[in-house]
Amino acid sequence: MKVYSIYILNKAGGLIYQNDVNAGLNKLSANDYLVLAGTLHGVHAISARLNPTINGKDTTSEANASPNAQILTTGRFQDSNGNRSGLHSIETDLFNLYVFQSLTGIKFIVITSPNPVVYNIQTVKKREDVIASKGELNKSYEEANGVFKQLYVIYSDYVMKDPFYSLDMPIKSHLFDAKVKELIS
Amino acid sequence: MSNEDIILPSASSLSTLSISDISRTGFGYNPSVGPASNSITPETSNILLNRKTITLTPTSANSIYDKNINSKKINEISLSSLSFLFCEIVNWSHKNSKGIQDLETRLNGLGYQIGQRFLELNKLREGFKTSKREIRIIEVLQFIHGTFWKSIFGKVANELEKSQDVTNEYMIIDNVPLISKFISIPKDYGNLNCAAFMAGIIEGALDSASFHADVTAHSVPLDGFPLRTVFLIKFDESLMIRESLRFS
Repeated sequence: MKVYSIYILNKAGGLIYQNDVNAGLNKLSANDYLVLAGTLHGVHAISARLNPTINGKDTTSEANASPNAQILTTGRFQDSNGNRSGLHSIETDLFNLYVFQSLTGIKFIVITSPNPVVYNIQTVKKREDVIASKGELNKSYEEANGVFKQLYVIYSDYVMKDPFYSLDMPIKSHLFDAKVKELIS
Repeated sequence: MSNEDIILPSASSLSTLSISDISRTGFGYNPSVGPASNSITPETSNILLNRKTITLTPTSANSIYDKNINSKKINEISLSSLSFLFCEIVNWSHKNSKGIQDLETRLNGLGYQIGQRFLELNKLREGFKTSKREIRIIEVLQFIHGTFWKSIFGKVANELEKSQDVTNEYMIIDNVPLISKFISIPKDYGNLNCAAFMAGIIEGALDSASFHADVTAHSVPLDGFPLRTVFLIKFDESLMIRESLRFS
C-alpha cells in the first residue's frame, strides 16, 4: 500500500492540512481541495444518518457518546477512532480512501493506492488461496489504521502542543511536515 | 431541577460546585449533529466523583510540600502535561508582550526564578558532606552542563564550548531542548526561540552562584537536529578580573 495523499479536516469540515506525500494523484487547484474536503465532510455526516435504528430509537448519538463513558469507567485503552457510524472507506479501482475521526471531530483522510488485484476468487479451488486473497484486502485496511494511529500521535504532539497554532486554522508547522514525511517514507 | 436554569455558582472551592449542566450526548463529536460540548454531564460527573484517584480539592495529603525534599527518588512528570503548560505559558507571555524581544525577556524572567531555586535544591540534595560550591567559571559551567542539566531535563547537555574570539563567552549546546521539542516557530516570528525559558534557568542558577551572566538562546539548526539551540553565556567583565586575581 502506497499513501498518495493526506488531508486533515477540522470539525466544521474545513481543510486545515493537505499533503501529497507521493506522486500518483492529479493536482487540484487550492479551491478544489477545499470543495473536496467539504464534500467528504458532508458525505460523512449523511452516511452517519443512514444508520439503522432499533425500535425507532436513534442509535447514532449513543454510538458516539459511549467511547468516552467507557474510557471513564474502565480506564482502559479504547480504539482512538471515534468514527463509529460515519463513512469509513471508499474503495475504487484507482485509489482507496480511508477516514479516521478523533473524538473531537478532527478528520484524518488518507488516499492510498488501490487494493491489489485478486484474480478469480470464485474459481480458486484450494481453500488456502481464498483465505490468502481475503487477507490481502484486509491488510490494506489494517495498514491504513496503523498510519492513522501514528498520524494522530504526531498531530497531538506537534500541532496541539505548539503555542503558535490556533485551533481549527491551517497547520503550518514545519516540524509536523517533517514528521509526516518521516512517517510515510 | 431542569438542565436549563442552572447557573454555575462562583464557588470558593471546587468541591461545592454542583456539576449538572448541558448536553446529554456526552463528550466528543457527533457526525450527524456536530461538535458536542465537552462539559461534564450528570452521568460523567458521577463517574468522575466516584473514582478515588480524582480529588477536587487541592489540599491533599500527598502535595509536593508533604514529600521529603531530600528524597533520592527521581520524580518524573509527564512530558505532555509539561508541554501543554509551557504552551500556555508562551501564549500568555505572548499576549502580554510588546514584541518578540519582549516575549523572550519574559520567558527568560520566568525561567530565572526556577534556576535560582533549583540550584539550592540541587545542592541540598547532594548532601551536606559531599556538596561543594563551585568557585571557578569552568567548574560551575561543567556543573550546569552535567549534574544540573541532568536533574532538570533527564539528560546531559550535548556540548560545552568556549568562544574563540571573546574571552568571557561560553556556549552550552542542546540538540533537542526538552521544553521546545514540539514547538515550531512561524517564519514571521524571526529568530524567536522559546528555549529562552531554559536560558533563564541557566542565568538564574549562575546568578545565585554569584557568577553574573547574561544568557541568551539562539537556534543553530544542523542536519537532523532542526531544534538545536546554543545557549550563549556572557559573563560579567568583573568576573574575569576576579578569576584572574584568584587563580593566577
